[in-house]
Amino acid sequence: MDVTIRVRRQDPEAVDERRLPYWQDYPVTIADNATVLDALIQIREDDDGTLSLRCSCRSAICGSCAMRINGHAGLACKTIANTVIQDGVITVEPAGVMPVVKDLVVNFDLFWEKIEAVDPYLKHIGREPEGEYIVSNDAMLHLSSVTACIMCGACVSDCTVLEVDPTFLGPAALAKAYRFTADPRDGDDEGVSMERLWALSEPTGIWDCTRCNECVQACPKGVAPMDRIMAMREQAIQAGYDNNNGARHTDAFTESVGHSGRLDELRLPIKSVGMMNLPALMDYMPVAFRAMRRGKMPPIAHKNVDNVEAVRRIFDRTQPEPAAPKVSNNSPFG
Amino acid sequence: MIIRPYTVGDRSHEEDKPVKYAFFPGCVSQGGAPELYPAARMVCDRMGIELEEIPGWTCTGAGVIQEKNQLFGDTLNARNFAKAEKMGLPILTICSTCQGVMSQANHRMRDPEYLAEINSHLAEEGLEYSGNSEPKHLLWILIEDYGLDRLGSLITRPLTELKIAPFYGCYIVRPTEALDIEEHPERQQSLEMLIQLLGATLVDFEGKTRCCGFPILTINQRNSMAMVGKHTSEVKDLGADAMVTPCPLCHLNLDGFQPKAASQARRSIDLPILHMPQLIGLAMGMSPNELGLKKHIVSTGPLEVKIRGR
Repeated sequence: MDVTIRVRRQDPEAVDERRLPYWQDYPVTIADNATVLDALIQIREDDDGTLSLRCSCRSAICGSCAMRINGHAGLACKTIANTVIQDGVITVEPAGVMPVVKDLVVNFDLFWEKIEAVDPYLKHIGREPEGEYIVSNDAMLHLSSVTACIMCGACVSDCTVLEVDPTFLGPAALAKAYRFTADPRDGDDEGVSMERLWALSEPTGIWDCTRCNECVQACPKGVAPMDRIMAMREQAIQAGYDNNNGARHTDAFTESVGHSGRLDELRLPIKSVGMMNLPALMDYMPVAFRAMRRGKMPPIAHKNVDNVEAVRRIFDRTQPEPAAPKVSNNSPFG
Repeated sequence: MIIRPYTVGDRSHEEDKPVKYAFFPGCVSQGGAPELYPAARMVCDRMGIELEEIPGWTCTGAGVIQEKNQLFGDTLNARNFAKAEKMGLPILTICSTCQGVMSQANHRMRDPEYLAEINSHLAEEGLEYSGNSEPKHLLWILIEDYGLDRLGSLITRPLTELKIAPFYGCYIVRPTEALDIEEHPERQQSLEMLIQLLGATLVDFEGKTRCCGFPILTINQRNSMAMVGKHTSEVKDLGADAMVTPCPLCHLNLDGFQPKAASQARRSIDLPILHMPQLIGLAMGMSPNELGLKKHIVSTGPLEVKIRGR
């Protein structure tokens, strides 16, 4: 099979124009079942020894070869080349967000700083367990989906928030945080990680995610970081950390639809920033004024849908039971 | 990126058959972006697509309710689907976010136990959802069911003077599993195909499937505005006359908040943002006024001059 591998190269330490990003085409003949990584290794060994990339296991375990293939992050070793050829070409770029060291190799400092920032170890608060702590199978099975993370950085590469704001904790670190907030051994005797949830509810944490699904799409191991972030929002609200715009927004949205069937767009932003938050409300005034002048303000009187009683009954019926403690039956805390 | 023509198949035998859908307009097309609803109806009318609104439809939850109470959100979607099933019609929506949330809910309801639980909450109203609904955005319907060839025959004013950039946003492209992208790979190029069919020059850019920033508008406005500023200025600098989106929420942020994003970015942007049906309507010879272009925050004046000036 003949294919052109189009690589975005860069050598920031070069003194000539190679210090800036440029594209280089490598026409190669590869086996039908070759991966993108196979093709890159072949190029490095046969055609151009100066092409830099990271790789090790070649079987989606080590997490070394995350890069952008046709614009989206993934593992080169897990991507069969003939499934991603577009008009005879596969484009390969270094992972996004993190700075390029050379060619397809990026600097992971930012990635590890964020993992460290969420204290990636069990923190039990309260008295020491009297004996061995046996966690239930269900709890561990649930956690195994998150512990499948191989730290490849594909999610960080494609995160739409990190792209504009490097202070965001980001999908990998937040998925790692969930690995602990959902662990019955972490937090207090009930398994509630109060301290973590408080810290994660602060700016740069769970509420800064845009729910764009890029990380879910990019993750080669099915960790679904965004889904974990959403689960932590629920945990944080249940733990009582609801005094922020994000929690108020979710709350006001759900109440509005639960009560009337549709969204009350006029009142939602007011309730999200807080009724008494005059500076924030004033901040929206120019936007509201421009919209009004163009005749596009949402209706002042918000109408209910037909048979709204049915919606309200569904709302009542689907309210979650009071949070069940996540401690396993075998808890040594009794 | 090269856009490959997609074979839409021979639909000549269906040419005159009227098509009818259960219409799910979504809250924003009648709220924050009220110009979308009439524009979509006008364009569908011209195409012979009959829209019968689902009576008493509710919000899909927009992914927000799902963070707090997924069961409630999904039950609301099942309720809308069940109502459409009673009408005996497939669902058409004009909102990408609604599309994504409906598809995700539908995907979860493939689990028969979950579906049964949801149906237990619908029984009181005499509704039951079969699990077989396939809600589709107008964009997908045009390409998969109506046919681009058929739409092409209705174009009376090809937009040859215009350079148009696509903006999908998130919900109509991700997650691919819930959106059946593997079965329908053409969905990932649908906007580009439409832009070219309407005669405009495609301005392709990487940001077309990124986030517009709307979901965090009230949570982290600075980041939200940075996203608006990044996408709109990038496209402006590529020489585009406008950006077109199938998502009214993206429109709210990219258009309504563009002046604020521009001031944060300390530059002028002034990039008109069009709803997808508006762009189709322009190519069908409808006037900018009747399509509601005057309701946009960023002036569409320069673009209208280009269309008129031939």
